[in-house]
Amino acid sequence: MATLILRRILIAIPTLFLVSLFVFALQRALPGDPFLVLAGEERDPETIARLREIYRMNDPVFVQFFAWLGQVIQGDFGRSLRTGEPVLGLILQKLPVTLQLAVASMLVAVAIGIPIGILAARRKGTVADYSASAIALSGLSIPNFWLGIMLILLVSVHLKWLPASGYESIFVDPKAAIERLIMPAFVLGNGLAAFLMRHTRSAMLEVLRSDYVRTARAKGLDEDTVVHRHALRNALVPIITLMTLLFGELLAGAVLTEQVFTIPGFGKLIVDAVFNRDYGVVQGVVLCTAIGFILMNLLADILYVVVNPRLRAA
Amino acid sequence: MASMDSVSSGSDGAKGTTSRPGVLSRLIRNPAALIGGGLVLLFVLMAMLAPILPLADPFKSNFLAIRKPPSELYWFGTDELGRDQVSRLFFGAQASLLAGIVSVLIALAIGLPFGLLAGWYGGWVDIVISRVTEALLACPFLILAIAFAAVLGPSLTNAMIAIGLSAVPIFIRLVRGQVMSVKVEDFVEGARAVGARDLRLMFRHVLPNTLSPIIVQSTLFMARAIILEAALSFLGLGQQPPAPSWGQMLNVAKNFMEQAPWMSVAPGICIFLAVLGFNLLGDGLRDALDPREN
Repeated sequence: MATLILRRILIAIPTLFLVSLFVFALQRALPGDPFLVLAGEERDPETIARLREIYRMNDPVFVQFFAWLGQVIQGDFGRSLRTGEPVLGLILQKLPVTLQLAVASMLVAVAIGIPIGILAARRKGTVADYSASAIALSGLSIPNFWLGIMLILLVSVHLKWLPASGYESIFVDPKAAIERLIMPAFVLGNGLAAFLMRHTRSAMLEVLRSDYVRTARAKGLDEDTVVHRHALRNALVPIITLMTLLFGELLAGAVLTEQVFTIPGFGKLIVDAVFNRDYGVVQGVVLCTAIGFILMNLLADILYVVVNPRLRAA
Repeated sequence: MASMDSVSSGSDGAKGTTSRPGVLSRLIRNPAALIGGGLVLLFVLMAMLAPILPLADPFKSNFLAIRKPPSELYWFGTDELGRDQVSRLFFGAQASLLAGIVSVLIALAIGLPFGLLAGWYGGWVDIVISRVTEALLACPFLILAIAFAAVLGPSLTNAMIAIGLSAVPIFIRLVRGQVMSVKVEDFVEGARAVGARDLRLMFRHVLPNTLSPIIVQSTLFMARAIILEAALSFLGLGQQPPAPSWGQMLNVAKNFMEQAPWMSVAPGICIFLAVLGFNLLGDGLRDALDPREN
């Protein structure tokens, strides 16, 4: 098992290297001279020349790349071209906001997706199964930003039940935080619930067809025990790893949800940075997201080995 | 024609897929695929007929009709500049479908040859292409599209390029996998034995036999591209005003949720139905084209 995990970690290293190369190339492909922004309104040639020196712009490209990579490895993701703040600091400041939303959305997705997926598999070919498939397909087809607008219209504007926007930390004011989380978490969790529903259904169907489930039934166990004690445990193995991967998607999906509900998180940071032409932040956010995503993939791989007894023994 | 022959001979002989009429009749017998196909056709007609139909000018402001609710004159109401929503929805369909088609073509134009090379040659070619693909896949789709849109600048054309580029790794991976499974089939070995060279083997024998999943993926990706174009336009990184697009209409509508709620309803329904249409059609095509499903 240790060899398998080590191999997975080793495979992640070239991917991380290539991602950083890609992000660096993206920065070089940006239109215009970012130093004109950094130099301020006066655009003093001396300041620009000094900045070029500081950022090693006069060095060959590969020297620039490895110098930048060295900084990244030491945790220096660059600075905001607008405010001069370290990008990593900005990201760490916004990340808890998005993580709170992501965790709540994952809870919504699991609470809806897994039970309906199990139900659809147990009643394959019935109205319940077809209804679950229709719900899943609708969930995958509804644009979440539109669903958010519709919910705001109904729940906040018409019924006045919940606030339409804003953020509060769950650790500061739990009631206000939950009130502000319900709609965005539902919006973001809805698409993932559909995804989980489909995967849970197919995983359950596969397990329910297996020999050991047939044996359990032949022993005379009732259907609930067969499903919950025997089938579900095995069906959930791929679902758990899938959830780890979906968590990365959640961070990306938060971009739109945060925009609709005016949540000052990670997604809003990148959108605002794009409009402010703050390429330092765009670059830092892309790199951080990619690193997070690769680490999540790695975690999913390791989890898969850990929870799968056959691989564990290998 | 030659490639068509390869499709049927390769499929029938080596993989056991049924011939084209079988696929079509299976597709027609699938109610979900029919609904999907109908929805897609509806939006294609909307986009094509928009300039011909007697619709109001989608660009022309009418300050006497600002934010009018739905009525007999304005079926879906008017927007903040008094423009007819119906007309803008019809012209918006052009942007959405164009975004879907162009981005799929971009993804295919780059993804197909690289996937083919990686799958066919294996070795270091595969290692290099696969590692680059993995690196690109490591970045969430929307973030990647936003990053590209930031580099290229906000416009519909650039949004389409961004969406297409961000989908390239998906197509590389798909084609690579398909090529790897087809290249070891007996009919490829047979063709090689009678002297066919690499290029001929790749394009005449292997590629036609990988088309089914590519067609399915392209259809499903159209759905994703429409949502992504709408998302980028909603964020202000796609279609720029005054040109209409469903996402951009929603971007404006969110500022008038209390004063003009109808502005948000119709564009969202259009996105939902178009995406649903392509998803249903893609699922139906998969069922019809994939022999394992039958």
